[in-house]
Amino acid sequence: MSAKPIPAASARQGGAPVGTPTKLTQGSQTRGGVGESTLRPDGTLKVTGEFAYSSDMWHEDMLWGQILRSPVAHAEIVSIDTSEALAQAGVYAVLTYDDLPTDVRNYGLEIQDTPVLAHGKVRHHGEPVAIVAADHPETARRAAARIKVEYRELPVVTDEASATAPDAVLVHENRDDHHVGHVPHPNIVHRQPIVRGDVAAARERADFVVEGEYTFGMQDQAFLGPESGLAVPAEDGGVDLYVATQWLHSDLRQIAPVLGLPEDKVRMTLSGVGGAFGGREDLSMQIHACLLALRTGKPVKIVYNRFESFFGHVHRHPAKLHYEHGATKDGRLTHMKCRIVLDGGAYASASPAVVGNAASLSVGPYVLDDVDIEALALYSNNPPCGAMRGFGAVQACFAYEAQMDKLADKVGMDRVEFRRLNAMSQGTVMPTGQPVDSPAPVAELLRRVKAMPLPPERQWESSEGADVRQLPGGLSNTTHGESVVRGVGYAVGIKNVGFSEGFDDYSTARVRMEVAGGEPVVTVHTAMAEVGQGGVTVHAQIARTELGVAQVTIQPADTRVGSAGSTSASRQTYVTGGAVKNACELVREKVLEIGRRKFGTYHPAWATAELLLEGGKVVTDGGEVLAGLVDVLDGESVEVEEEWRHRPTEPFDLRTGQGFGHVQYSFAAHRAVVEVDTELGLVKVIELACAQDVGKALNPLSVVGQIQGGTIQGLGIAVMEEIIVDPVTAKVRNPSFTDYLIPTILDTPTIPVDVLELADDHAPYGLRGIGEAPTLSSTPAVLAAIRNATGLRLDRTPVRPEHLTGTA
Amino acid sequence: MRVNFTVNGRRQEADDVWEGESLLYVLRERLGLPGSKNACEQGECGSCTVRLDGVPVCSCLVAAGQVEGREVVTVEGLADYAKQRAAQGGCAPGACGGPSPDGARAEDGTSVRDAQDWSARGTDSQTGEGTELSPIQQAFIDAGAVQCGFCTPGLLVAADEMLERNPTPTDADIREALSGNLCRCTGYEKIMDAVRLAAARQGEVV
Amino acid sequence: MDFLRPASWEEVLAAKAEHPTAVPIAGGTDVMVEINFDHRRPEYLLDLNRVGELGEWEVGEESVRLGASVPYTAVMENLRGELPGLALASHTVASPQIRNRGGVGGNLGTASPAGDAHPALLAAGAEVEVESVRGSRLIPIDDFYTGVKRNALAADELIRAVHVRKADGPQQYSKVGTRNAMVIAVCAFGLALHPDTRTVRTGIGSAAPTPVRARTAEEFLNAALDEGGFWDNGRIITPSVAKQFAELCAAACNPIDDVRGTASYRRHAVGVMARRTLTWTWESYRGTDGRAHRKGSVA
Repeated sequence: MSAKPIPAASARQGGAPVGTPTKLTQGSQTRGGVGESTLRPDGTLKVTGEFAYSSDMWHEDMLWGQILRSPVAHAEIVSIDTSEALAQAGVYAVLTYDDLPTDVRNYGLEIQDTPVLAHGKVRHHGEPVAIVAADHPETARRAAARIKVEYRELPVVTDEASATAPDAVLVHENRDDHHVGHVPHPNIVHRQPIVRGDVAAARERADFVVEGEYTFGMQDQAFLGPESGLAVPAEDGGVDLYVATQWLHSDLRQIAPVLGLPEDKVRMTLSGVGGAFGGREDLSMQIHACLLALRTGKPVKIVYNRFESFFGHVHRHPAKLHYEHGATKDGRLTHMKCRIVLDGGAYASASPAVVGNAASLSVGPYVLDDVDIEALALYSNNPPCGAMRGFGAVQACFAYEAQMDKLADKVGMDRVEFRRLNAMSQGTVMPTGQPVDSPAPVAELLRRVKAMPLPPERQWESSEGADVRQLPGGLSNTTHGESVVRGVGYAVGIKNVGFSEGFDDYSTARVRMEVAGGEPVVTVHTAMAEVGQGGVTVHAQIARTELGVAQVTIQPADTRVGSAGSTSASRQTYVTGGAVKNACELVREKVLEIGRRKFGTYHPAWATAELLLEGGKVVTDGGEVLAGLVDVLDGESVEVEEEWRHRPTEPFDLRTGQGFGHVQYSFAAHRAVVEVDTELGLVKVIELACAQDVGKALNPLSVVGQIQGGTIQGLGIAVMEEIIVDPVTAKVRNPSFTDYLIPTILDTPTIPVDVLELADDHAPYGLRGIGEAPTLSSTPAVLAAIRNATGLRLDRTPVRPEHLTGTA
Repeated sequence: MRVNFTVNGRRQEADDVWEGESLLYVLRERLGLPGSKNACEQGECGSCTVRLDGVPVCSCLVAAGQVEGREVVTVEGLADYAKQRAAQGGCAPGACGGPSPDGARAEDGTSVRDAQDWSARGTDSQTGEGTELSPIQQAFIDAGAVQCGFCTPGLLVAADEMLERNPTPTDADIREALSGNLCRCTGYEKIMDAVRLAAARQGEVV
Repeated sequence: MDFLRPASWEEVLAAKAEHPTAVPIAGGTDVMVEINFDHRRPEYLLDLNRVGELGEWEVGEESVRLGASVPYTAVMENLRGELPGLALASHTVASPQIRNRGGVGGNLGTASPAGDAHPALLAAGAEVEVESVRGSRLIPIDDFYTGVKRNALAADELIRAVHVRKADGPQQYSKVGTRNAMVIAVCAFGLALHPDTRTVRTGIGSAAPTPVRARTAEEFLNAALDEGGFWDNGRIITPSVAKQFAELCAAACNPIDDVRGTASYRRHAVGVMARRTLTWTWESYRGTDGRAHRKGSVA
């Protein structure tokens, strides 16, 4: 070990933070409204390397933060000694629970059960115990390694049996949250039953009954941009935080009380976000960076490495799902019973909402009037689980689609026709009693995906022999065609859009129109987290369509404007898009008001006609130009900031599960074509065709991109992705990109996409949230295709080579 | 320790480098060139791909001290690099026996400070419309291959190098060449489109 | 930590003699990950990149002398005729970026059972040229791997080159991973036919504490091929022979359960790969399968 001191990291010079987000202006496109495939306004910055992600932030004199995490899953902390770490040259602060500045020492999305730093106890492997600030990341690492923590290990809760046994260790001893009153055991975060119809009577009508027990593995979001950010202490005692997140105001609400600061002294700005997929809905390094910055009076940057990232955010809930379905011999579903047990891990995070989704969407997109449903999430000492693309609905879809295939086979019907026969449609009543009151083209999506031409067989054959790159095993050269069997599988799913169960799910937009450089320009300011989905592109399109201007500037997202809600639940285009549309409409009204005041006497149409803003002008609906916007505004500017809400929802009844819980549903269907090396258990997905109803494609290029990306995350959980937690120690065994595998470009198939646009009259432009639905049906389609190729049952996902070869 | 090397045609000197630092860290934190990304730091994701003496490598796996005297091209220099290649009739700078393009500039004595200012601020109010891009960069934008964009710099460097070697790749060739670059957003389809587009446009020019 | 930058092989040896704890770094594939993730803090890093000769190779009469740092890409592109098994193995290494930097010396130095090159070297037959200021010696590949991530190097020795026997017959290499690219071996298998000596050699990766040969399987097959006159008559290998060979290869494994796969799967997969690679090489030897060569890759 070198004793030589490590020089401070900052060799650069400069003043303000480097890498603060930029305004994004697109001015050269004269069209570029809703429905066009306009290009991303941040595209050029992203391809030149100039787009500033949160890990790119830099400030003169900044320090590096480092987190010391628990090496064990469940233990009492007997003692912590930070003296040796503090004594290191270059170390500016070492903080533990005892250093927290206020009595608010926990945070959480819904239940504030997560300690900022461990207090007397750690509940999962990797829980933060202490934080360090030093002038070089290596110095910070060395210091963290010298913090002495004595742990006394406790028994671990790892599954339903150990969580609810009579003598079970309680993960949280003194719960006082709003769910504790209705759960059957304190190690259950939340439980949601749904009962509708008469299952016993309906079961009597069934000619066939199938049961299945399914297991869904723990998936990681594996966004590529690690958790990171920069906290800069301000002269007013506050702090400026640049960070990658999904919801600035939710972060703010959780951060400020811990720091003991009013919310207006914690100024948050969204840095470039390198993907999210739910994994940034909870806090990671935000509070830690602020604490260190406020303690040291210096800017503090924290960047997780990939190892730490696996501990630094919640994962997709692993689940055990038990299903029973019945059908008549003519193929009609009679009833469904299911029990879904989700493992929420050590802290609640989004578990209650995941339970609500799993329960309310557990029937899938099918007509089923007689159901008995139970979904619950456990507290355990496994890694905390929370939001990930499609949450709750993803796990259920894997199971009910496997059931559909089994039932279709029993009835003796084609698997797609069986689904189409039972498919829901507009007007179908959900098990929650909520009627589906917009198009639900489930049967049509299945028809379309089945109608697509199948990819040619044996594409790997060429005149020069087998191209292994197109075979299972790929470059590893495991087969030249031996034992390769093709399989085809279908699946369809249903996902809710937006925040459900009575949540006040609003967004805020500030829109300003003024004249600059002799032309009308519009500025859109929201707090929407652009995480890659393309919201910034769509906001500019909406502004162009509504306000008829070419040049639109998107302001960086920050907390100087009202909340935009979360970039999750497929909701941003709906809700923040809706807010932008609404604000634009209000701006338009004001502009027209000015126009009427100035020019109303010159032309009767100002008073009588329907007026629009197009091409920088005020025009009548008949196309007659009344005035240029430049002349109307004449130096004035018009600005509106307004909240916008979708129609309200209501909570599910805690006993019956009844209630108008969801605002919108989203549907996608997949057909998977796989080739399996049945002897080695290796799978190559050849094609994943998708048909999805998007209501209205505001940006078709982006829509297809979202569908393809979601599809491949579904492929990942089907054949390779799983966080493996040791069942005895509850420790994570594969926290790296070496052993947590996500699909490479050689694992991904072609993904033809058929986009259907059936307007939802309740939504802006008739649009439907799109981001999550493709992640649902992709996984069961791949599993069905593998079953088709191998003849195996395969009741768990991901399926690994040992499951296909009887060597598990 | 001190490390001297050439980045995007400019001489750079990094001082006080800790011996355990990677080339990636030096580029990002010492030279103000954060375009190369830090997604895994274990050679699994390719987001830190740069060209080291013309060869695509993961800069997270190159020790800073190993680049002494060598030539690095990052995504920030990709447009210039492609332009010079085009001017030299398709050869990479320095790869066809001609004078190394950095020679003249190095004599100009570009200061570290200037190079940093030039590099990665991106803080003007524009999106960079009008910025001169390499064909592969333009194709990524046009094809919708950029979502969160974190994988993009590494993919661009890798794809550009493949097209330099293999101007008419098959789909399987593209997939093989880019198999070291993970993307989590796109499902890779639009990345395939972008590379095909760049290859087609390249073909039209020739 | 100190960074040593010797400019010649002699300086490398001198530095290693002076600082026996110095960790050599060439492609950085293993060392940099350990440093980036704080698994290792060597006192000295010994950079080998400046020693040009380590990146060179010479094709001799009997063997190829492959510099320790010759990148896998170069092996794939330039030595597929002489070293077909190693070229195939090289093609399975990680990603193009890694193959551009990493070389066989790194695999041998780390001596992980999962190193991709090992089964190919074992099957082809090789000697590792190691050197210190005390002198140079050749270690037969069969004696090189001494334990999990341990090899036969003395503390002051470094790998200069590996002498791999030039192929005198078809060679194959297969590796199982749970992804179609960029994957660490769950297990791997190399097989080389040596018509000159009428022998078959094998190599197994990631299925025992060290890379191993399936010696019993080799002996069985050598005898079976000999008895049946297969080398001369070029007949198709009888399925029962192939099956027993595969079973003996599986039996040569001593694998563990880990996050990458179960022991039972590894044994099974090695058997399958043994049978397939035997079939491919034998078909190639018989000359009846002109299409055995993979498009766009090495074979």
